[in-house]
Amino acid sequence: MRRGITATALVATLALAATACGGDSGETGGKKASGKLSGTVTWWDTSTVGSEDKVFKKLAEGFEKKHPDVDVKYVNVPFGEAQNKFKNAAQSGSGAPDVIRSEVAWTPEFADLGYLAPLDGTAALKNDKDFLAQAAASTKYKGKTYAVPQVIDSMGLFYNEKIFKDAGVEVPKTIAELKTVSKKIKDKTGKTGLYLRGDDAYWFLSFLYGEGGDLVDAKSKSVTVDQEPGVKALKVVKDLVDSGAAKTDATDGWENMQSAFKDGKVAMMINGPWAVADTFAGKEFKDKANLGITTVPAGSKGQGAPQGGHNLAVYAGSKNLEASYAFSEYMTSAESQALVAKELSLLPTRTAVYSQPGVSDNQIVGFFKPVVDKAVERPWIPETGSLFAPLVTEYTKVLTGQTTPEKGAKTTGDQYRKLLKGWK
Amino acid sequence: MAVHTSQSVAEAAGDDVARGPGRGAGRNPDKGRGMVTFRRSLSTHWYAWTMVAPVVIVIGVIIGYPLFRGIYLSMTDANERNVERSIGVNQMPATYEFVGLDNYADALTGDQFLGTLGWTLVWTVSCVSVTFLLGLGLANILNRRIAGRSFYRMMLILPWAIPGFVSVFAWRFLYNEDRGFLNRILAGGGIDAVPWLNDPTMAKISVIAVNVWLGVPFMMVALLGGLQSIDSAQYEAAEMDGANAWQRFRHITLPGLRPVSATVILLSTIWTFNMFPVIFLLTRGGPGEATQILVTQAFKFSFEISPRDFAQSSTWGVLILILLMLFAAVYRRVLRKQGDVW
Repeated sequence: MRRGITATALVATLALAATACGGDSGETGGKKASGKLSGTVTWWDTSTVGSEDKVFKKLAEGFEKKHPDVDVKYVNVPFGEAQNKFKNAAQSGSGAPDVIRSEVAWTPEFADLGYLAPLDGTAALKNDKDFLAQAAASTKYKGKTYAVPQVIDSMGLFYNEKIFKDAGVEVPKTIAELKTVSKKIKDKTGKTGLYLRGDDAYWFLSFLYGEGGDLVDAKSKSVTVDQEPGVKALKVVKDLVDSGAAKTDATDGWENMQSAFKDGKVAMMINGPWAVADTFAGKEFKDKANLGITTVPAGSKGQGAPQGGHNLAVYAGSKNLEASYAFSEYMTSAESQALVAKELSLLPTRTAVYSQPGVSDNQIVGFFKPVVDKAVERPWIPETGSLFAPLVTEYTKVLTGQTTPEKGAKTTGDQYRKLLKGWK
Repeated sequence: MAVHTSQSVAEAAGDDVARGPGRGAGRNPDKGRGMVTFRRSLSTHWYAWTMVAPVVIVIGVIIGYPLFRGIYLSMTDANERNVERSIGVNQMPATYEFVGLDNYADALTGDQFLGTLGWTLVWTVSCVSVTFLLGLGLANILNRRIAGRSFYRMMLILPWAIPGFVSVFAWRFLYNEDRGFLNRILAGGGIDAVPWLNDPTMAKISVIAVNVWLGVPFMMVALLGGLQSIDSAQYEAAEMDGANAWQRFRHITLPGLRPVSATVILLSTIWTFNMFPVIFLLTRGGPGEATQILVTQAFKFSFEISPRDFAQSSTWGVLILILLMLFAAVYRRVLRKQGDVW
């Protein structure tokens, strides 16, 4: 009899433990009978903390004014962690936001894994006629649209006008010129020429494109990173570091790069519009005119910079789909984009916004627009978001002398073939 | 590691039940009536069983289930794309397949596992030996009557009192090549900046240094306890016989410390082998994969690469468990042969 009690208690405890995990948060929002939106929208923003996030937070709160019954929860998730954090939360089904600012390469991946809600025919795509074709490309997957383009970007060479004047050098147009300029800067001012991020493979892309290479070729379904241009590009970056023209780090690259450039310790860095607001906050750029931006130095086959940007995507498991759709639409509307472009110099994804006052005369937007137009589009396959992890390991290994450019390129290519079943 | 300690907790809990309530079966030497005594103990000590039950169940759920699930996953090709997911309107059934021991064959024949294992062993042996020697030295110093002894003791225990991740982040700031404190000091002495975490060899030395710094207080305290349990009469007798300091250390202190050191070395080996936070927070296994140990690599498979490779991660996890169990078994055996009951 007593054993019976124990057994019952055991079963009860197990049942309790099992159901505790599946508890419902009980929040069912959406549209009330009156047609008004209500509920909570949690938004994961990935913008730079300290500069961009303030503007986005304020903008997001503006949505509450339009829809008083909706509560917008702004959460800033560091860009470097957001992809994994979202995947953890989405897969386990708890803790995921309703809307995420998804980098362009993540979008097809999230869609393929089933984490995103299709947006065709919803309020999110109410006005989707004037999106730049390039920006819209990454939001489509298998005939459906899974995100709304928020900003578009590419990369350029940021430089410190004062250091250039002190050293008496011209802005470099090619990597060969970059080396001579760096040397002169070192000799005249004792400062390092270029900061090259060694802990993030995205910063390697313009060198790869400059040698005429690419990671993969989606049309012919072949891996191209381990071909001649890939090897050459790795040699180029290694030479920049070895010759002292550039300095690099294997950890904390973003913080080190920004602080070294903002304090005037290095003369140049390769970066995108997302760094502009943060850079202006540095003491060296109190006078905004001190920041010069030009196209990335050309490799032996010409100039090339990657096309990037961010979309807003709605989590498929959101309890508040209607409000989330409306929020995504609001955040990517022409008015919101114009505000973001004015305040942060980020590039709009709607063609109409470029002609608005305050945007059309923004120098940084004006500079980056033609760069974006020419930027190299990445293949929008589900694996696009997976291509950087194997590359960055080998890239860092090459820069720190643990492997040769040839071997590094080959290992990366082999990893890609494992990832992309059936590719050459 | 988690599995290991928790299992022993379970055993210990079981022991308590058997031995705790003095009158019961625990003391009964008569094994022939085992079942009867078991029943009687159950009816006499039902309350003890009831109290222990929640612990046993919780441990079964939080340790047992993941353990068996992990072993099962290591024999499949499960990854992020083919496991079961149900998100809102999207329902995706599991489509992974059973592949037997393929993952183990891949891991043991490829050079990644063996390469990582090699560095993990170097890391473990160097960390444990340096920590032990430093701890022994400090314990010996603090065992003497010196001025401000309790102050030193407190200062030396400090690293232990700070949460691990806080100290690791502090070290990360110290190590920063441009802005770090260490390089500022060196610059004051006219020495070029050292790439603490950016050069593969320096990074290896740096992570070991941090782990030693974190591990010394534990060693010191444990060994100090051991030292104080050695009878001072032995030293007096040895001194009378004309033994010098080294001889006293060699023949009294070291043998006296054996039981303590055997235990702390075993524990600290297991801890260091699986010391996730130091490596992960300091270098993330970098530069490249220079400081990647087995656990951080297993974590990387399952949380950092995409698509996440749950099968390979579990395989590495099971292999780590097997390695540590083997180590503990061999170590115990060696100690028992030398006459230690442990």
